Amino acid sequence: MTTTTATDRSANGDTGSRRFSILAGRDINRETYVEEWAEAGLTVADSPYDPQPSLRIVDGEVVEMDGKERADFDALDRFIADHALDLAVAEEAMATPSHQIARMLVDINVPQPAIRRLADGCTPAKLCEIVRHMNVLEMMMGLGKMRVRKTPANQAHVTNWRENPALLAADAAEAALRGFAEIETTVRVARAAPLNALAILVGSQTSRGGVLTQCAVEEAFGLRLGIKGLTSYAETLSVYGSERSFVDGDDTPWSKAFLASAYASRGIKIRFTSGTGSEALMGYAEQCSMLYLEARCLLITKGAGSQGVQNGSISCIALPEALPGGVRGVLAENLLASMLGLECASGNDALASHSALRKTAKLMLQMIPGTDFICSGYSAIPKQDNMFGGGNFDAEDFDDWTVIQRDMQVNGGIRPVKEADAVAARRQAAQALQAIYAELDFPPIKDEEVEAAALAHSSADMPERDMVADLAAADRFLEGTANLSDVVRALHRSGFEQAAANLLEMGRQRVAGDYLQPSAIFADGFNVISAINDNNDYTGPGTGYRLEGETWDALQRIPQQKSPRDFIDAQVGEPLPNLAEISTAKVGASANEIVVAVGPAYGTSLVKTIGELDHEEVLEALLTGVAEEAFYGRVVRVYHSADCAAIGHAGARLSGSGIAVGLQSRGTTVIQKRGLAPLNNLELFPQSPSLTLEIYQAIGRNAARYAKGLSPLPVGVKVDNGARLRLIVKTALLHRREIEDIREKAPQELYFRWEPDV
Amino acid sequence: MTDERSEERGNTVHSYNGDYPLYANRNDTLNAASGRPLRDLSLQKTLTEDISSEDYSISAETLRAQAEIARDAGYPQLAQNLERASELTAVPNETLLEMYEMLRPGRCSFEEYQALARRLRDEFNAAATAAFVEEAATVYRERGLLRRELE
Repeated sequence: MTTTTATDRSANGDTGSRRFSILAGRDINRETYVEEWAEAGLTVADSPYDPQPSLRIVDGEVVEMDGKERADFDALDRFIADHALDLAVAEEAMATPSHQIARMLVDINVPQPAIRRLADGCTPAKLCEIVRHMNVLEMMMGLGKMRVRKTPANQAHVTNWRENPALLAADAAEAALRGFAEIETTVRVARAAPLNALAILVGSQTSRGGVLTQCAVEEAFGLRLGIKGLTSYAETLSVYGSERSFVDGDDTPWSKAFLASAYASRGIKIRFTSGTGSEALMGYAEQCSMLYLEARCLLITKGAGSQGVQNGSISCIALPEALPGGVRGVLAENLLASMLGLECASGNDALASHSALRKTAKLMLQMIPGTDFICSGYSAIPKQDNMFGGGNFDAEDFDDWTVIQRDMQVNGGIRPVKEADAVAARRQAAQALQAIYAELDFPPIKDEEVEAAALAHSSADMPERDMVADLAAADRFLEGTANLSDVVRALHRSGFEQAAANLLEMGRQRVAGDYLQPSAIFADGFNVISAINDNNDYTGPGTGYRLEGETWDALQRIPQQKSPRDFIDAQVGEPLPNLAEISTAKVGASANEIVVAVGPAYGTSLVKTIGELDHEEVLEALLTGVAEEAFYGRVVRVYHSADCAAIGHAGARLSGSGIAVGLQSRGTTVIQKRGLAPLNNLELFPQSPSLTLEIYQAIGRNAARYAKGLSPLPVGVKVDNGARLRLIVKTALLHRREIEDIREKAPQELYFRWEPDV
Repeated sequence: MTDERSEERGNTVHSYNGDYPLYANRNDTLNAASGRPLRDLSLQKTLTEDISSEDYSISAETLRAQAEIARDAGYPQLAQNLERASELTAVPNETLLEMYEMLRPGRCSFEEYQALARRLRDEFNAAATAAFVEEAATVYRERGLLRRELE
């Protein structure tokens, strides 16, 4: 390895700071940061051009809203004024100071319905004014209370670049097992949609009944898939906060509302999509802040009768994050959605940052308060297979996620699973789809594909498949008469009875329509929970959703968790045969002796250090070092304490030279001198896992040199910052074991049967 | 819990609201869009009988019941959506897709929207949806969202 010193770099004409050069190379500096520019719509929460709140109602009709006369309303204003606002409460809401409503959001004594009532009468500008008073902590408090469904949940993305159906089914099955309440797929090639939708439907229902599924494609095509029974929800009904953006999206609030009703008429749950930044990206932000435009989107969503929204900037997330206050703005829009009684799938979807730290920090704003869906698409597949362009959090982050949940006792909607269970669920799903493909005369799924899907991480692990033939089959399936009941029959005939029953149950639930209500999902056993029967009743500590009982047990039991009871097995063994206790130790008379004082369990209950060095060899090394300096060592056992400083201190008092080495069973070592305060010392070696026999020998040597009155160079030990992190549990348990051997007994002289080889 | 909520909102308790979820509480009276009773949509029947898409589609009546539940729980716009949906159960799939396409911006003239509204009323008894289309037509005319005829 070559290293470059600051002097070298300076000589090379490189006068920049080494530290700044390293910072420049960090992930966080791969991102773009820009100053606000309101005229271009590049401002998150507060543009000087944002309208001021106002509302005038004459004869039951809004005649002025946010500073604009009715005659000047654009289509969006018109829709909001006539469909979204509750005019019965609007005058009261608009007259209530915004900071007062902001305070109500944070006040645990004000329950959700009281705020919802006022929010229903607020104009877009008023809604913005309320949340502008709030910092992120206050917004999180508000979100925890205003979230529509009491129980938080999560949604998964399941796609793959090769559109392999067996892999889609397997990944959907694993996602269902991991507890995602909704699974969303999409396509690389639009024509693949019917078979992709079928694959995740079958995969999820094989694994856990009641998971809602969708396939994101063009609006009309999406409706067709739903009508065929292949999907149970749709969420890519995009709305925009300016009229021209809306029209460029090829819709109006009325066409979108019609589409919402069309979906509902076929028993399909819908959720609109909006999010900060989309209007600026489309060029029609009209100089307004992203938050103001989003408030309009949310009122259109509500006015159209959508039960919910996915917002949180979604695919535009990098744009607000390029601006000051972007992440706060995204939280504000989640809060606004919840205030308006909309189910909120709160983003954390598309790649928002290169920096793991920045991604996690942002996630906490939604994960800690809990939202209806923490992610509007957690990539349950590796991000390179994510056809949404999503993957801010992906399949490789599953364990990080479940550990964070366990750390905070927070339900982020993902359950830890065992490898064997995941593989079994994946295999069964792929087999079920294989059977359906055979029964419905689709291009066969080979056994080797099933097996590959069971064990795969990404589509790169899958064998090649004839995509052209699959697409032709997808066309035939969409145009043909085969429907959900044909799939149920095919599953049943092939022996997948539970999957058949679950798939049929999805059809039966569609007849009942309970999952059309706000924020509805199925808990285990097809038990629907929504704002109607699981409404968020948070009013402070002890109320609302609490992660406890069986769910907390399930979330804390990550497979990586071990029993601590057998953690120190490696350190326990047979007592050393050559270490015997003789008598009570006395103060030595020889100035040539070094006392090695060991802890109560040394060489008896415990026989190895935390670094798994044999206690016998450690003693040998220390005594060899002492002997090299022509000193001799006495070994004593300290009984009254397991503390390293106390052991060393007691040893020094007994040492004829006044110098002792104190040694805990786990290997922590001190060189101590008589007369020093117990917590002062000559040299301390707290990093016991890093200590080697060579180091112990050097410690023995230095002890003797101190006894000679020399000032030796302190023994160098490499600093391993990770040691404590890796070994802290073991450290605690080894110390606990040593403490068990503490006795009210004076230090004892030990006989160590060994001769130094010097 | 529904009683308590309704009191908070100052509403009266409605018959349907306490019945949510309908699947659990109204199972024996629910019918699919085809008229097939839900209790008759069993695995056994699916294996032995011809089951159409309508047999696992929601009915207009059930959508109206869900609309009532939504309204009573304080979600009036969702209720209106579900009421329009209940009207649209009568519209065949392909027609439904055509109607949606017509409502997209720049697709139709004012008169064509009026005709669509009439059709919704006369053919499908969809008064609420028809009124909604008429409202859209008025706004589209004011905001230049009707089809632009080539000069």
